Amino acid sequence: MTEMAQTDTAVRSMDAVAARLKSRYAAERRFRALGLGAILLSVAFLAILLGSIVQKGWTGFIQTQVAVAVTFDPQVIDPDGSRDPLALDTADYATLVRNGMAARLAPDADRNARRDLTGMVSTMATEQLRRMVVANPDIIGTTATVWVLASDKIDMVVKGQVPRQLGAAGNALNDRQLGWVAQLEQSGQVRTTFNTTFFTAGDSRAPEQAGIWGAVVGSFFSLAITLLVSFPLGVATAVYLEEFAPHNRWTDLIEVNINNLAAVPSVVFGLLGLAVFLNVFHLPRSSPLAGGLVLALICLPTIIIAGRAALKAVPPSIRQAAAGLGASPLQIVAHHVLPLAMPGMLTGTILGMARALGETAPLLMIGMVAFIVDIPKSPVDPSAVLPVQIYLWAGSPERAFVEKTSAAIMVLLLFLVSMNMVAIVLRKKFERRW
Amino acid sequence: MNMVQPQGTAKVRSRGLDVFYGEKQALFGVDLDIRAGEVTALIGPSGCGKSTFLRCINRMNDLVDGARVAGSLTLDGDDIYDRSVDVVQLRAKVGMVFQKPNPFPKSIYDNVAYGPRIHGKAADQSELDEIVMTSLEKAGLLKEVKDRLQESGTGLSGGQQQRLCIARAIAVEPEIVLMDEPCSALDPIATAKVEELIDELRENYTIVIVTHSMQQAARVSQRTAFFHLGKLIEVGDTEQIFTNPQEPLTQGYITGRFG
Repeated sequence: MTEMAQTDTAVRSMDAVAARLKSRYAAERRFRALGLGAILLSVAFLAILLGSIVQKGWTGFIQTQVAVAVTFDPQVIDPDGSRDPLALDTADYATLVRNGMAARLAPDADRNARRDLTGMVSTMATEQLRRMVVANPDIIGTTATVWVLASDKIDMVVKGQVPRQLGAAGNALNDRQLGWVAQLEQSGQVRTTFNTTFFTAGDSRAPEQAGIWGAVVGSFFSLAITLLVSFPLGVATAVYLEEFAPHNRWTDLIEVNINNLAAVPSVVFGLLGLAVFLNVFHLPRSSPLAGGLVLALICLPTIIIAGRAALKAVPPSIRQAAAGLGASPLQIVAHHVLPLAMPGMLTGTILGMARALGETAPLLMIGMVAFIVDIPKSPVDPSAVLPVQIYLWAGSPERAFVEKTSAAIMVLLLFLVSMNMVAIVLRKKFERRW
Repeated sequence: MNMVQPQGTAKVRSRGLDVFYGEKQALFGVDLDIRAGEVTALIGPSGCGKSTFLRCINRMNDLVDGARVAGSLTLDGDDIYDRSVDVVQLRAKVGMVFQKPNPFPKSIYDNVAYGPRIHGKAADQSELDEIVMTSLEKAGLLKEVKDRLQESGTGLSGGQQQRLCIARAIAVEPEIVLMDEPCSALDPIATAKVEELIDELRENYTIVIVTHSMQQAARVSQRTAFFHLGKLIEVGDTEQIFTNPQEPLTQGYITGRFG
């Protein structure tokens, strides 16, 4: 009887153990499934985000060109036949373009029709012809087929970004122009090529002439200034606070303030930059120098906090070993602590720089939202930066700026990825020194 | 200064040494002589102040926030805590080996060469090579590592790392080597090797070793000092301390009644 009871209890407790084990395994499986699900969900969102950007923006890397048979009419370019460079430079090339278009599409066009014709090609075409003639005046009097940039309205229709029906949303062409587009396409006088303009030009009011290069150069200059200012300052601050400063109420106060600064909205730094860098120091408005300094202020707390964490992570035994050998405090830091902390400091710096690359609001405060066509040649020239350029294009009414916006976002992301790559390579290099 | 000192003269002498960490007093009026050319073991239960005393000799306590020292502590008659003493010079004379092996994450060669480099002990590369080789030889490590001097010091076994740390300390040619429980992180075989090494080093260096193992103190030291609650209870020849302690506290500790 008692034996039976004992066996019974043993069996029951065995069952209980098995049941507990089973529920433990089940809990583990649930937890893993949850984690996997979370990752899949975020990957899906990322894919949707990137997919929509690429899908909207890839056509931004393509431009539409129209073939025009241009007669370089001496009567228009150089009526007195002097070949005076000034005359060649200022001649009415727009008429040449219009005449070329008219000759093919509407030989007997009236005033209105001629205006519609002009609207089909970019004003860049005029510039293109001017350059051709100035470079080679012998061309005058001849006729040549020139591929000129189509206007953004044609571009949108040819790329299929807007429907071809008259009056459809975003379609700014009238029925005459639509007919001409069809006519040109049939005769093979429309082509799409890689959009070099986008990667070489600055901003423009005309979407087909707008490029990202000015903003890329502006961002590059700004970030260079940011790095040059914030990295040495941040590292020096972190090293001093962590390794040399006494721990008292003052350093506590400084630490609290640095941590608070890291959370201050960036627009506040922009106002500070406006008040100090522009109004007190009179740095050039809208320049990468002023922008870079403001971004450096934004980066500093991040770099200092990450730097201090990296220094704290260096085992104290290394400091003791060096001190025990008679290394001075500076030698301990320079020879041992700093090299070991450097990978962590670089990571912090890159995090800060990546944030700086994407900052828009503080730059608006110091005038970097201005419409700048020229490519900046130095950090004191007025310039745009990538995020502000995106902001500007996103707010432009022309349909063609939609794809430019997405294309610019892609360029920004590429910039970001290459920066991170550089950081990883640097970090690996520092780590391999041991 | 006379470099060759007869065995038995006091190399380090403390009189009425008090140490405070902030409000807390860690040492109470310690009078202790460390004799030249001998191994002195400091024993006692945890928190008794033996490590604190050790760290006073090369002023490692300076690195601790709020540490304060009163009383007199001299090295060859010169006050270690005098304002005119340069800590860097002092630590070149008083080397230290720590509880946990702490080689720099650099090559074996660079580990040993670091001290001589910062103190300018070598005029050229061949002289530096010579110092590194001799130090590794003295630390009994040369045979094991001579083919991989450029490999990382952290890749060695625990015992080898500790001997590397000893080689690193003696490369600076100190007069005194302080050892803070140098074998507590080592297995018995590595411990035996390090103890053997300590015995050999005694010929050239004055050694002070803190240890939790009374057997170790008995094996390697000539003199033993017993600390308890920040006070020096008893000091004497090792044999006498372990066979015929004068103080009941010492007797209690070495017979394992507390500790």
